[in-house]
Amino acid sequence: MAKRIEAVGVTAYYGSFKAIEDINLAVEPKTVTALIGPSGCGKSTFLRSINRMHEVLPGARVDGKLTIDDQDIYDPDVDVTAVRRTIGMVFQRPNPFPTMSIFDNVVAGLRLNGVKKKSILAEAAERALRSANLWDEVKDRLGKPGAGLSGGQQQRLCIARTIAVEPQVVLMDEPCSALDPISTLAIEDLMFKLKDRYTIIIVTHNMQQAARVSDRTAFFSIDRTGDPGRLIEYDATQKIFSNPGVKKTEDYITGRFG
Amino acid sequence: MTTTTLAPTATALRGRRLPKWAPIAIAALALALAAALVHGAGLGGWVLTLTVGALLYLTGLYAVATAVEGRRAARNRTWSALIHSAFVLAVLPLSSVIWTLVSKGAERLDGTFFGTSMNNIGPRDATGGAYHAIVGTLQQVGIAALISVPLGILAAIYIVEYGRGRFANTIRFFVDVMTGIPSIVAGLFVLAFWVLIVSPYVNDGRPGYSGFAAALALSVLMLPTVVRSTEEMLRLVPAPLREGAYALGVPKWKTILRIVLPTALPGIVTGVMLSIARAAGETAPVLLVAGGTAAINFNPFEHNQSSLALFVYSQATDSSKYAPARAWTAALTLVALVLVLTIAAKLLARRNRLGR
Ligand SMILES: Nc1ncnc2c1ncn2[C@@H]1O[C@H](COP(=O)(O)OP(=O)(O)O)[C@@H](O)[C@H]1O
Ligand SMILES: [Mg+2]
Repeated sequence: MAKRIEAVGVTAYYGSFKAIEDINLAVEPKTVTALIGPSGCGKSTFLRSINRMHEVLPGARVDGKLTIDDQDIYDPDVDVTAVRRTIGMVFQRPNPFPTMSIFDNVVAGLRLNGVKKKSILAEAAERALRSANLWDEVKDRLGKPGAGLSGGQQQRLCIARTIAVEPQVVLMDEPCSALDPISTLAIEDLMFKLKDRYTIIIVTHNMQQAARVSDRTAFFSIDRTGDPGRLIEYDATQKIFSNPGVKKTEDYITGRFG
Repeated sequence: MTTTTLAPTATALRGRRLPKWAPIAIAALALALAAALVHGAGLGGWVLTLTVGALLYLTGLYAVATAVEGRRAARNRTWSALIHSAFVLAVLPLSSVIWTLVSKGAERLDGTFFGTSMNNIGPRDATGGAYHAIVGTLQQVGIAALISVPLGILAAIYIVEYGRGRFANTIRFFVDVMTGIPSIVAGLFVLAFWVLIVSPYVNDGRPGYSGFAAALALSVLMLPTVVRSTEEMLRLVPAPLREGAYALGVPKWKTILRIVLPTALPGIVTGVMLSIARAAGETAPVLLVAGGTAAINFNPFEHNQSSLALFVYSQATDSSKYAPARAWTAALTLVALVLVLTIAAKLLARRNRLGR
C-alpha cells in the first residue's frame, strides 16, 4: 500500500528565512528516492515538510502543494497525526525513548495511539523487529532498555518503531551518518527489503550509498549561503551518476563542488 | 634515527616525584610548627592551630614540590590540596549539625514522645511529646504538596511546551520573583486573604486559624521551586525525543505525558523533594495562620494546628528544663522525616526507570 508523493512549488521558511524554494518532484510508490546535495541546501527541510514535521519549530511554515495519492497533506481539515502515521520518519541520530524497554520502544507508536491489546502489540513488535532485521539480536532481551543497544541496533530499533505503525512512506534523514560501515550495510540491506512495501525517501551524504540503494536521485543545491535551496536535477539514479544533465550535478558527484 | 630521537623524549616524559610519605611529613611538620607558634604566642585554641597548620601545609607543600618536581606539578598538588580542604570545610558544618542533632535528640527518642501531645503538660513534667506536631506537619505539608506539585508541574509544562512570547515570559518572571518571597510574607498573605477574608464564610462568621491555611502558605512557598526545577528538567529533555514521538503520529499532549515527563521524572522528583523539605522546615507562616496548639488536632480545616518546626521553636523558647530535649528530638524527627521522604521518592522514581 505504498503511496505516491508529489511536491508542486514547495517553498519552506524558518521565520522570514526562506530555506527551500519551488521544489517540484514526484516520488513513485515502492521506490527508493535519494536526496543528495551539499550541507545546508535544504534536504532535511524538504524531507520534514513532507510529513509536516517542519512546522513543529516555531515560526516555520511551508507554501506550495504536497500531496500523497492526490490528498493534500496541508489541507486544513487534515489531521497532522494521521499524516505522520502515514509518513513515518527515521532521524539522523538514533533516538530511542530512554525510559522504555526495547519492546516498549517498538510498540510506542501503537500504544500511544490507543492500541492496548497485549497479543496485538506482541505480534506487531515481532513483525516490525523482523522487518528491521533486528529480531534475532534482541528477541531474548526485549525487556531491556533500548538505549543499551549499539548505535546500529538503536537505529534499526528506530526503523522498527517507525514501521510498527504501518506507514506507507518512510522518510530517512541521513540514517547511517552516525553509524559504522557494518551497521550501514545492515541498514542498506534493510532498505532493499522495505522497498517491497514502502515508498522510501532518504537523505544521504554518501554518494555510493545513494547509487547503491536508490532508484531515483534528486540533487539539491544552493548558489550561496543564505540563498534558498533548489532542486537542480531529478532523474533515474543511474542517469544522474553516469550522465547527469546539469553541469552542477556533475561537479558535485565528481567532487568538484562544496 | 628513531631510537636516538625517542630516547631523550622518553626520559623527558618522566620527572622527579615527591615520595608518597612527603605530603604526610609536611602536614605533620606544619601542624607541629603551628602548635608551637600558636601556643608560643600564648593564644592557644585548636581551631587556630588547625587553620595556621593548614596554611603552613599548603605553602610548605608548594615550596617543597616546586623544589623537587617543578612549578607545574607543584601547582597541581597545591590546587588539589586546596580543593580537598574546601570539601572538608563544606562537610564539617554538615556533619557537625547531624552529630549535634543525633547526640542531643537521642535523649527523648521514646514512645511517649511519638505517642503523646503537649496537652496538660506543665513545666515540671518530663513527659510530653510531639505527636500533635508530627500530625500537623504531615497534614500541612501533604496538602501543600497536593496543591503545589500538580499546579507547579502543569505551569512548567505550559512555560516550556506551550508558552510563547510575552505572556509566558511574564509568568516566568513572576515565578522568579516568587522564589524570593520571604516565608513570613507568604504567611501574611494567607492571613490577610484566607484567614481574615475567606475563612469567616466557612466558620460561622469568625475568622479561624487552621492547618489548611498553613498548607496554603506553604504551597505559595513551594510553587516557584517546583515550577523552576520542573522547567529546567523539561528543557533538558532532548528535542529529538519529542520529534521521535511526533513522527510516530503521537499527539503533543500525549508526547509530553508519556515521553517527556517520564524522561524528566527523576529530576522533577528531586525538585519536588527540595520544595517539600523547605516547606517542612518553615515556622513563621505556620505560627501566623495555624496558630499552634498543644493538643492533637486531626482536622486540618478547623482550629489551631501545630507543626514540628513550630514545636521546635516553642520548646526551644520554653522555660521548662525538659523543653530543650524535646526541641532537639523534634528537630531530629523533622530531619529524619525529610530524609525518609526523599529516599522513598527517589526509589519510586527509579522504579519507574529501567535498570541499566
Ligand atoms: N531550525 C532552524 N532554524 C533556522 N534555520 C534553519 C533551521 N534548520 C535549518 N535551517 C537553515 O535552513 C537551511 C537548510 O537546512 P537543512 O534543511 O538542514 O539542510 P541540509 O539538511 O541539506 O543540510 C540552512 O541554511 C539552515 O541553516
Ligand atoms: Mg540535514
